[in-house]
Amino acid sequence: MKRKYTVGSGLLFLLIAGVIGYFIGLGIDALIMTNVRWTAPVPSAFALLFAFTAFFFGVYGYRGITRGLVYQVVWTLIGGFIVTGIRAAMGLPVFGGFFFTEPAWVFGALVGAVAFLFGVGVMDDWVKWARGMDTPEFHEDEPGWEKYLGVSLDHKVIGIQYTITALFLISVGGIFALIFRTELAASGLQFLNVGMNLFGQNGPQLYNTLMSLHGMIMIVSILLGIAGIINYVVPLLVGAHDMAFPRMNAFAYWVSVPAAVLLLMSLVLGGFDTGWTGYPPLSVKAPVGQQMFFLGVFIAGWSSILGALNVIATVVRMRAKGMTAMRMPILVWASVATSIIALTATQLIGLSFQLVMFQRLFGMGFFDPAKGGNPVLFQHLFWFYSHPAVYVFVLPGLGVISELLPVFVRKPLFGYRWVAMSSLGIALVGFLVWAHHMFTSGMNEYLRVPFMYSTLLVAVPTGVKFFSWVATIWQGKISTPTPMLFVLGGIIVFLMGGLSGPPNATVSVDLHLHDTYFIVGHFHDTIFGGFVFPFFAAIYYWFPKATGRRMNEFWGKVHFWLMTPSFLILTFGMMHIGLLGMRRRIADYDPAQGFDTTHLILTICAFGIALSVLIFLINFFHSIKHGEKAEGNVWNSRSPEWQVPSPMPAHNYETPFEVVGEPYDYGLPGSKYVEFIPAQGGKH
Amino acid sequence: MRHFVIVGILVIVLAVLTYVGLNAAGLMPVPASAQAVPIDWLWNLQVKAMSFLFALIVVPMLYSLLVFRRKKGDTTDAVHVEGNTTLEVVWTVIPLVVVLGMAYIGAQNLGETRRAAPDAMVVNVTGFQWGWSFEYPEYGITSKELYLPVNKQVLLKMTSRDVIHSFWVPEFRVKQDLVPGRITELRITPTTIGDTYKVRCAEICGTSHAYMEAPVVVVEKVAFDAWVTEQQALAAEAGQTPEGRGLALVTANGCRACHSIDGSAGVGPTWFQLAGSEVPLSGGGTVIADDAYLKESILQPQAKIVAGFEAQQMPTYNFTEEQVADIIAYIKTLK
Repeated sequence: MKRKYTVGSGLLFLLIAGVIGYFIGLGIDALIMTNVRWTAPVPSAFALLFAFTAFFFGVYGYRGITRGLVYQVVWTLIGGFIVTGIRAAMGLPVFGGFFFTEPAWVFGALVGAVAFLFGVGVMDDWVKWARGMDTPEFHEDEPGWEKYLGVSLDHKVIGIQYTITALFLISVGGIFALIFRTELAASGLQFLNVGMNLFGQNGPQLYNTLMSLHGMIMIVSILLGIAGIINYVVPLLVGAHDMAFPRMNAFAYWVSVPAAVLLLMSLVLGGFDTGWTGYPPLSVKAPVGQQMFFLGVFIAGWSSILGALNVIATVVRMRAKGMTAMRMPILVWASVATSIIALTATQLIGLSFQLVMFQRLFGMGFFDPAKGGNPVLFQHLFWFYSHPAVYVFVLPGLGVISELLPVFVRKPLFGYRWVAMSSLGIALVGFLVWAHHMFTSGMNEYLRVPFMYSTLLVAVPTGVKFFSWVATIWQGKISTPTPMLFVLGGIIVFLMGGLSGPPNATVSVDLHLHDTYFIVGHFHDTIFGGFVFPFFAAIYYWFPKATGRRMNEFWGKVHFWLMTPSFLILTFGMMHIGLLGMRRRIADYDPAQGFDTTHLILTICAFGIALSVLIFLINFFHSIKHGEKAEGNVWNSRSPEWQVPSPMPAHNYETPFEVVGEPYDYGLPGSKYVEFIPAQGGKH
Repeated sequence: MRHFVIVGILVIVLAVLTYVGLNAAGLMPVPASAQAVPIDWLWNLQVKAMSFLFALIVVPMLYSLLVFRRKKGDTTDAVHVEGNTTLEVVWTVIPLVVVLGMAYIGAQNLGETRRAAPDAMVVNVTGFQWGWSFEYPEYGITSKELYLPVNKQVLLKMTSRDVIHSFWVPEFRVKQDLVPGRITELRITPTTIGDTYKVRCAEICGTSHAYMEAPVVVVEKVAFDAWVTEQQALAAEAGQTPEGRGLALVTANGCRACHSIDGSAGVGPTWFQLAGSEVPLSGGGTVIADDAYLKESILQPQAKIVAGFEAQQMPTYNFTEEQVADIIAYIKTLK
């Protein structure tokens, strides 16, 4: 009889394995360190890895993701021991404060990440091809939820895998934020104090680790979130039966899982205190957790690059008949713009982090002034990706806003061509502005002026989007179900981010604003307006397409009306105290500056946001089975995916469609966007 | 047409209200330097622009939401308007001109904050984990506080001993990173007497980043001269004994940012009753804190790590034999 796996048994396994892993780690720690430390890094690392793996074993059995994680754990240890053995033979120190030495951890982690891919099975077909074997064409996944925990080549399954992983990481990053936000509620160190010690870190160090990881985990979750939306929606919008390269698509998703594991490992392996930017020389001095962070980002970058390549290939090659460039849905334009950046810029963050890894491992002095290196060079390399990356985060979200607005105002998107071109404009100008993060860095002083000009230019295409949205809304017959609420909220919040941007671009004012809470408020506004709100809008909007049911409208509205004011107060408060002298990335602040009350309010707002997201998650998972049935054109949209019943069949459209009109001609009687071509008796 | 008139009026009303409201909230700290004046002027101009643009987008959005809201039972579409090229050109070209103008003004403004006075007083600033040291080469003194005479430009020549730091006094507005291996410069002309200013490190620099602060005192020229004389006398006196020289070294190098002298917990082990005690080591075993151990721990901090401090990375210092002996002499006084 087939075993019945459930979330309950997963949690049971998680608990048991966590305890077993903890005591194994404790034993190892005691052997190496000759004293028992209950909160030390090694037991925590083993507990984390064991628990994580066992959870999926309990839920799903030994296959797919469980097998990948087992491979990752085992091969991390094997890789670590190989280097440890070599070190022993060379007469170098064999073990360190974190069990393995740093080189052993790095090599082990790299081997483990590769092993995960083999374990999960995403390499199977390629391995067979390399051996000259044939593989059957991918046909269809088994029905049910289990396909989401193993390798699938269906872009819709992969899209949902991305989305769920993103939601998981958003929750983790959010919990980290709540922890340090609580510490900030009053001046002085309350619980993250010097006396406490967890994972080999005292309070302020743990604060720095959580703050740094909050940044990077959220960034990875955003990359996965947009990949989720794009993967699910873009092939449907262009009328493709799948992405251009389904195996590479699966690879791009699965490579992000070991990357996420490595990021979480950095927390327990001593952490790191550099913020997500990882500037040397600080990142050269930080504990081994820094290396796990670098490696995790490096590997996650592969996901971004390969995913972007796939999107571009799909849009270029697989559009439906008649879908000329100027008849593509606007979200497709945004996805292409964002993919161009991700494809061509991600290498730079991988490279910059790799250089620091090599500086740490091999003593190469890239950024070490004593060896002729230059710390400021790192910042150039880093921001050459990390500024355009911001547009990677927001362009798909802005595309979602432009895509959904016409549906809910029943009017065409105002100035379609201008909106489409503004995405490309932002993407291109975005490559020329990176040094505005470095106005105080000590780079050549005169370079600051051209970067001020280029940065301010971003305001022009962004302005085009805002004006077009307003003109689209003007005189529309507006209805406000939950997705539309999040679209409107996204516009308002992104407006706050947009308006607080230009002062940072003008050099002299930025000399005051740089590295303050003003910046923190500013970019949280851009990211929430450009990603988080549209991401939620997209989930509420396409949920019926994926499940055949809709999410609860009442709780959706509660989610919106709790999150939006909390968030606006949060970022206004951040900007307010930032202007007055609150620095970013500090665990404590001077009570003489008088920020205590504001910080308390900010913390309350942060919990408000967390509660609203919790409501969303419950609504999301509850509605999968118990939501109201919605199999038709729920939003009365012209878009092709809504012209067929939900949920979408495995190979998308049973009959191909042809584009016969403009995508957003709402209000034009008798017009159609797509027309289905009658079946010719094909294989379906 | 009626709609446009109402919206136009509302935009102006909301823009004014926003601007007044933001200013009433008290946006910037009190300005206390000549450099703050142009920066606050430009910021104020930008607040006006922000208030206007805020109203320009929000008013028509909210107005549409209220006035053009879908009536109950209405299932028809709205008017079919695809776009308007003239409008698009207008709202591309006008912002383009505005941002280019803003960039031009910004460049002028930056120039004003960098204007050099020929008689500026030089102060060499050193940042380190986690503290500041200010050297006045004209007077041969080094201080933990930044004392400045009012209305005289100071040229800060800054460097870092370890990682990147950033010099920022919010009331002075301007900010500049300190980069190891090079010297960066910043010019400030304090204009308001006061002793509550602080330089606060603005670039994350590790565990105690939040506490990397130093007092900044702006005084009349007369008071400044008196302070210089007093500091010169104190420095001469401290040089007489090993403990005195040790204390000066410890202060100048910021050791006490991590090592307490009263037994309280810190980023590094405390120095209180350290000399001669039995120290538990990471990896097991103990060591007696004799002179040899203390010397090794100062010159090669990673040689023996005290249990519980594995994640710490004390920088390596290049002290001379005499300096190490002075510091040990000082540590021995902490009983």
